[in-house]
Amino acid sequence: MLTINEVRKQFGSFTAVDGINLQIPKGEIFGLLGANGAGKTTTFRMILGLLTPSQGRITWNDKEISYETSDLIGYLPEERGLYPKLTVREQLIYLGQLRGMTRSQIQEQTNKWLQRFGAEEYLNKKVEALSKGNQQKIQFIAAVLHRPELLILDEPFSGLDPVNVELLKSAVHELKKEGTTIVFSSHRMEHVEELCQHLCIMHRGKSVVQGNLKEIKRSFGKKNVSVKADFNLTYLKDTAGVIKHRTTGDGIILQVEREEVAQDLFRAIQSKGFVRKFELEEPSLNDIFIEKVGVVHE
Amino acid sequence: MSKFMTVMMHTYRSKIKSKPFLITTLITIGLLFVITNMNEITKMFGEDEASKIGVIDRTGETLPALQAQLKQTNDDLKPEAFTKSESEAEKAVLDGKIEGLLILDRDASGIITGTYKAEDVTQQSLIADVELALQQIKNKSAAESIGLNQEQLAAIYSPVTFAKESLSDLAKSEEEAAQVYILVYVVLFFMYMAVMMYGSMIAVEVATEKSSRVMEILISSVSPVTQMFGKIFGIVLVALTQLALFIAGGFLAVKLNGQLSGSESIINELKLNEIPASLMIYALVFFILGFFLYATLFAMLGSLISRVEEVNNLMTPVVIVIVAAFMIAMFGRENPESGFVAAASYFPLFTPMLMLLRVGMLSLPVWEVALGISVLVGAIFLFAIIGARVYRGGVLMYGNAPSLKLFKQALLLSKQEKKNTTDV
Repeated sequence: MLTINEVRKQFGSFTAVDGINLQIPKGEIFGLLGANGAGKTTTFRMILGLLTPSQGRITWNDKEISYETSDLIGYLPEERGLYPKLTVREQLIYLGQLRGMTRSQIQEQTNKWLQRFGAEEYLNKKVEALSKGNQQKIQFIAAVLHRPELLILDEPFSGLDPVNVELLKSAVHELKKEGTTIVFSSHRMEHVEELCQHLCIMHRGKSVVQGNLKEIKRSFGKKNVSVKADFNLTYLKDTAGVIKHRTTGDGIILQVEREEVAQDLFRAIQSKGFVRKFELEEPSLNDIFIEKVGVVHE
Repeated sequence: MSKFMTVMMHTYRSKIKSKPFLITTLITIGLLFVITNMNEITKMFGEDEASKIGVIDRTGETLPALQAQLKQTNDDLKPEAFTKSESEAEKAVLDGKIEGLLILDRDASGIITGTYKAEDVTQQSLIADVELALQQIKNKSAAESIGLNQEQLAAIYSPVTFAKESLSDLAKSEEEAAQVYILVYVVLFFMYMAVMMYGSMIAVEVATEKSSRVMEILISSVSPVTQMFGKIFGIVLVALTQLALFIAGGFLAVKLNGQLSGSESIINELKLNEIPASLMIYALVFFILGFFLYATLFAMLGSLISRVEEVNNLMTPVVIVIVAAFMIAMFGRENPESGFVAAASYFPLFTPMLMLLRVGMLSLPVWEVALGISVLVGAIFLFAIIGARVYRGGVLMYGNAPSLKLFKQALLLSKQEKKNTTDV
C-alpha cells in the first residue's frame, strides 16, 4: 500500500505540489492525470525519494521510502534516457545490478522480456542504433527487470505507435495480475479509462478529482447523448438542458445536464426522419478533465 | 556486490574498453620508446656531415692554429683554405658547396680579425664556436707578442676556484636539488596531464548521464553520493592502470635503450635511482591526494552542466589554477625558501605541487608536511561534502550554462534533500 499523506513540495516560493492525499492499495493500477506542470513528475520524484517533501509523509507498506527500499521500486521516467553507447545487454546488466540483481537473474529476465516484446535481435545492439519505440521498450524492461513491488510509469505510452501501445498495455495488465502496484501518469484519457480503477486529476499542484473511476463518472452527473441521423441535427443544441455540443462527421454529440434531457431530445427527433443512432453515454474522462481543469493544455 | 562497487566497476570497465583510452595509452608508450631511444634513432639516419668552412687567410699563418683549435672544440667544423677570390667564395657559399666563408686579417695594430659570411647567420652555435676559437688564437698571439710564456698565460686563464656551501639546515646540496627538481617536474607534468584527461573524463561522464537523462533512473536506484564516489574511484582506477602501463612501458624502453647503446641507462645518468625513497613516497601521496581533490571538483562541476559541450567551459578555470601552480613551482625552484611559496603551498589547490617542491628542495620539519597533507585531506572532504550536495541538486537541474547562480540553486535544492544524504 502506497500512502501519500498531506504532501507538499515547495521550490523557493513556488508550490509544485500542494497537499496531496492518496492511498493506493497493493495490486492496483492508479492513474495520475494532469496538464503539463500540474505536479505529476514532482509527485513521482517524491515517491521515489529523489525529492523530499517539504511537508507530509510518503510511505510504502508503512515504511519511509529511501535508498534501502529502492530495490522494490521500478521507475520509467518521462524523459527517456539510456546510455547511447552501451549495448542493450550491458545497459540492462548495469541497471539491474544497481537494483540489486545478480547477473544470472538479469539474463533470465532480459531474455523473457525481449522475447515478449519481439526484440531479441537487439540484445547486442547499441541503444543509439535503436528506433525510439524500441528504446522505449528497453527502458520499460529496465524499469520492470527486478520485479518491483511498486512500479512508477511517467507517460509510458507517449511516442509509441498503436501496436506498441497495446504491447505495453498488456504487459502492464500482466504485472498487475502478478501483484505489482502501478502508478502511472498520462494525458491520454482513453489509456487511463482503460487501465485504471482509481485515479487522481491534478491541477496546479492540487488534487481536483480523485477516487474510483466509475464513481467519478456517476457523480459527475452530466452525460453525453450521441445522435446520428440523415437530417441536420444542429437545432438540437437549443434544447433546454443541453450544455455543450460537438458535431461529428455524420452526427452530433450533446452534453446534457441530466438523463431526463435525453428523453426531450429523443422526442424532438422522432418524427424528423431516419435516425441511425441514439445513445445515452457515460461522460468520458476527457469531458471530466476539461470541466475540472478548464483546458487540456495550458 | 555493493552498489558502490557496481558503479565503480562499471565506470572502470567502460573506460578501459573505450577507444580513446587504448589509443592514448598506445601513443604515449610509443612516444616513450621514441624519446628514450632518440640517440639510437638519430644514429640510424647517419652521422651529421661535417660543415666545411672556406677560409681566406690574409694573415697567412692563422689557419693551421684555427684548425688545431677547432679540432679540440668542435670536430664537425672543417675549416679549409679557399684559394680563389672572395667573390667566388661567396658564390660557393650561396651554391651550398661550403657552409660559410671566414676571412682572416689583421687590423692596423696587427691584431687578428675575422669576418664570417654565410647564407644566413642563424647557426648561432657554429658561429660561436668559430668566434671562440679565434678569440683564443688572438689571446695567445697577443700574449706572445708582449713576451708572456706558456705558464704565465696559463696562470691568467686558469679558472678561479669557486665552491658553494649552504650553511642553513634547510638547504640541500645542488645535486639533490637537481634530482628533486626532475621529480617535481615529473609529478607536476603528471598532475597536469591527469587533471586534463581524467578530470574532463569525470565531468564528461556526469554530463553524458545527465544529457541522456539516464541520470534519473540511476539516482532512483542508488544515492547520488554513492554514485559520485563510485564514479570518482572508477576513474582513479583507470588513471592508476594507465600510469602503471606508462611506467612499465617506460621501464622497458629504458632497458631497450641500455641494450642498444650498451651504455649506462638514462636512469643512472640522471641519478634518478639516488632520489631518497621518502621523497618518492611523498610524491605518490601528493599525486594521489591532488588527483582526488581535482576529481571531486570536476564531479561537482560536471553535475552543474546539462550538455557535454559545456565541459570545456568548466575546464578553463581549473587549467588556469594548474598553470598558476606550475608557474609558482618554477619560481619556487629558484627561491624555495621564499615566504610566498611557503604560503601558497598551504592553498589546497596548489599544495600537491608546491608542498612536494618544498619537501624536496628544503629539509622541512615534519609538522609542516603533516600540516600540508592535513590541509589537502581536509579540502578533499570539504569538496566532497559540497560536491555531494551540489551533485544531488545539480543532477535534477537542466538548462542554463554553468554559473554561480546555478551553483547556489543546486545547493538550495539539495539542502532540502539533506536527510537522504546519510544513506551513503
